[in-house]
Amino acid sequence: MDHLELLEQQSVYILREAYRHFERLCMLWSIGKDSTVLLWLARKAFFGHVPFPLVHIDTSYKLPEMIAYRDRLAAEYRLHMVVGQDAEAIAAKRTFPATQHLPDGHPDKVDRTQCCGMLKAGALKATLQGTGKRFRLNWDTGAYEPDRDLEPYHGVIVGARADEEGSRSKERYFSPRDKNNAWDVGDQPPEFWNQFKTDFAPGTHVRIHPLLDWTELTIWEYIKRENIPTVSLYYDQGKGTRYRSLGCGPCQTPIQSTAKNVDDIIAELKSGKLRNIAERSGRLQDGKHGLEELRRDGYM
Amino acid sequence: MTTQAETATAPGVESREQMNIVIVGHVDHGKSTVVGRLLSDTDSLPQGKLDAVRKECQRTGKPFEYAFLLDALSDEQDQGITIDTARCFFKTPHRDYIIIDAPGHIEFLKNMISGAARAEAAALIIDAKEGVRENSRRHGYILSMLGIKQVVVCVNKMDLVGHSEEHFARIEAEYRLFLSDIGAVSPKQFIPIAAINGENLSNRAASMPWYRGPTLLETLDGFAKAKTKEDQPLRMPVQAVYKFTSQGDDRRIVSGRIDAGRVKVGDKVVFSPSNKTSLIRSIEAFNSAPRTEIQAGWSTGFTLAEEIYITRGEIMSHAEHAPLVSTRLRANLIWLGKKPFVQGRDYKIKIGTVASPVRIHKLLKVIDASERSGELIKDHVGRHDVADVILESRQPIPFDLIGDCEATGRFVIVDGYDVAGGGIVTGSVADAQDDLRAEARLRDFNWVKGGVTPNERAAKYRHRSALIMFVGKAGVGKVRYARMLDKALFSGGRQSYMLDGTNVLLGVDHDLAVDTARAELVRRFGEVVHILLDAGMLVVSTTNAIGLADHGAVQALIGDTPSVVIEVDPTGASTATCDLRIRGDEPEGQVVERVVDLLAQRRILS
Repeated sequence: MDHLELLEQQSVYILREAYRHFERLCMLWSIGKDSTVLLWLARKAFFGHVPFPLVHIDTSYKLPEMIAYRDRLAAEYRLHMVVGQDAEAIAAKRTFPATQHLPDGHPDKVDRTQCCGMLKAGALKATLQGTGKRFRLNWDTGAYEPDRDLEPYHGVIVGARADEEGSRSKERYFSPRDKNNAWDVGDQPPEFWNQFKTDFAPGTHVRIHPLLDWTELTIWEYIKRENIPTVSLYYDQGKGTRYRSLGCGPCQTPIQSTAKNVDDIIAELKSGKLRNIAERSGRLQDGKHGLEELRRDGYM
Repeated sequence: MTTQAETATAPGVESREQMNIVIVGHVDHGKSTVVGRLLSDTDSLPQGKLDAVRKECQRTGKPFEYAFLLDALSDEQDQGITIDTARCFFKTPHRDYIIIDAPGHIEFLKNMISGAARAEAAALIIDAKEGVRENSRRHGYILSMLGIKQVVVCVNKMDLVGHSEEHFARIEAEYRLFLSDIGAVSPKQFIPIAAINGENLSNRAASMPWYRGPTLLETLDGFAKAKTKEDQPLRMPVQAVYKFTSQGDDRRIVSGRIDAGRVKVGDKVVFSPSNKTSLIRSIEAFNSAPRTEIQAGWSTGFTLAEEIYITRGEIMSHAEHAPLVSTRLRANLIWLGKKPFVQGRDYKIKIGTVASPVRIHKLLKVIDASERSGELIKDHVGRHDVADVILESRQPIPFDLIGDCEATGRFVIVDGYDVAGGGIVTGSVADAQDDLRAEARLRDFNWVKGGVTPNERAAKYRHRSALIMFVGKAGVGKVRYARMLDKALFSGGRQSYMLDGTNVLLGVDHDLAVDTARAELVRRFGEVVHILLDAGMLVVSTTNAIGLADHGAVQALIGDTPSVVIEVDPTGASTATCDLRIRGDEPEGQVVERVVDLLAQRRILS
């Protein structure tokens, strides 16, 4: 068994444990490469099926390619798509893009971290708890309709990797979150072998991290091995740039790269060229401790 | 069918060998220094990082420490760059290493355990000057319990004791003695090091010519990847039985990870504790080439030639090397719960994929693992204590001794919502039903099956087979109720049969003396019941000889076939465990209705 197979088999084991123990289970799908590998691993675990809803938080600022790709795969794989959104903030234009040209100190000005806090962390919390609106994909019409199911989810599968940044490296495979979605980094349950925390108090939920041991490189190697479809934004389309990590249009910048396909990306990562550049460096909301703050508050 | 191989797997993607290691030891014995030095000696640091930290130390007038380097890396890591101190990595020409868990927060035992439980090898650091301390011992004990067999002990700060061979030998002897006292695996190597100067880490130290053994890096490179467990007896704890009906999928897939051994299409497999048997029809997978054989390490799934009713928690094996099944097991465990582990209270044990209520049957020994000969006189297991215990689960569970199969010989104990302890199975302990269970196993594994499967019978009869026992003292009206129930079930179109214990006595037990051969009476009664259940019947039984106390014995003989016990107790004083308790003055119709409801609830009736 090689290294990729070891990673794959452990992830599949974790996914099956999650499915067994959490009746109200969902998987977050950001459309990015990691959570798409996660989706693929779910199909591995459940023999071609994905027996739980996939939750996508639509900030309305995602690039159109991402939404098109999401809906194409959802139809093809027969995914139970659930989309959540902070429609109020978007309608009221309380977002970073809408207010970015206002001068600093202006009462309506929203910075990147605040915008993420609402459109992503806030919307995610509301969607998971069922206090916000959920929209479910109707396979027959291709339209998203209000979801009648507003029960909270107790198990949330997330594609976080330990190597991505500091706070994620401290995660467990099964990580409890309290009633306020908060994460107590200092007091986490012990994880003995493959026995995970699968008991949870009412009102709390558990985040499940099947990709914890994967790296940016192994993700791409697996995409190659399995021929997993990915969004074209990851590849240079002739301009000498590509996105290394996908977020909202206004808060991400591409990197200089001429990698045009999966092989090129693997070669680029192996060459060490990106060694001193953070994977999420193009994600402008991270900043100094931005992401850790967001994560404590429930961001994935 | 769209679920099978949609796209082919691309060949040619391979990655380097990787090994997870953990660095443990008492606080301030130099874990950070060892890690920092390993990173710098193997050229695994970002360019210029070391110099920058040295300069910063000069500027602020602090002596340089490698711990500062790790802190600096941690700052960088907050921004997502290069090195992860919680999962540092370095490379040698031989392989990549991941150091799990940062030395900085290793004093938290829960984190140390979570990290070490994923490690394949460990380096334990002991300060040459301070010598063996509490966590040197405790971590040594934990490594041993977690099953980490490749351990190297580094006696650090040799520069502070004049690079003395004698001093080193004394610490080695003391620590070896401790490890042998607790029965731990002995370390592969003791190495005298001075991490601050890089002595004997990657480079041989000129200061200690008396040491001729390998350096730390040589020792790590000499560690072997865990041997594949393919040649051990087959063990696959069942994670789930899936039947996803969408998109016309009609496969019923028994799924799990193979912890040991190998299995191929056509093999006869047995499931413990139910003792059910079947043949492997196919090995299922998504987006991969079809296979006819699969081995340890794979999270896989099978369809079976005969669709038998099995559930999560059972272990699939071959008949000739089946796991142990008992309600009692002897174990070593470490307790991490905020509340102590006490006798007389229910906890939950999770072992393999089974979970069952469990209690302490007997507390043999409680040890403070931070002390040499640290046996404590205690009637409970406190936080961070380790213990030698006999546990008793409510139902028989399948397991192995740790020496026979690691994955099925390890468990955790859950207290409330929290994993509060973990341990390994060191022995099996006979319980009252051991012999009967062994008899049932041998019988079931070799049972000659008829042409009709239990599932086919269940579908036709609209119920699974089950034993419904009325128990209680003589003359409380058991037969009256049993007869009414038998009649009611039969009128409802079910296959029922009333088996009175007397009838077994009259014929099957004709050769036995009723007063002296009680165990044999119970055994024969159980075997008769078993045949009726195999015929798909709802067996309504009543007998004065077989009371509540013998229910366990009968259950051992009928395996996982459901049983319902109704106690008739006019005194209202009984506290025995049963499924339904009545006084004996209730109208028969009402009792029948309650029993039928219970059978429906348990999905015995369909």
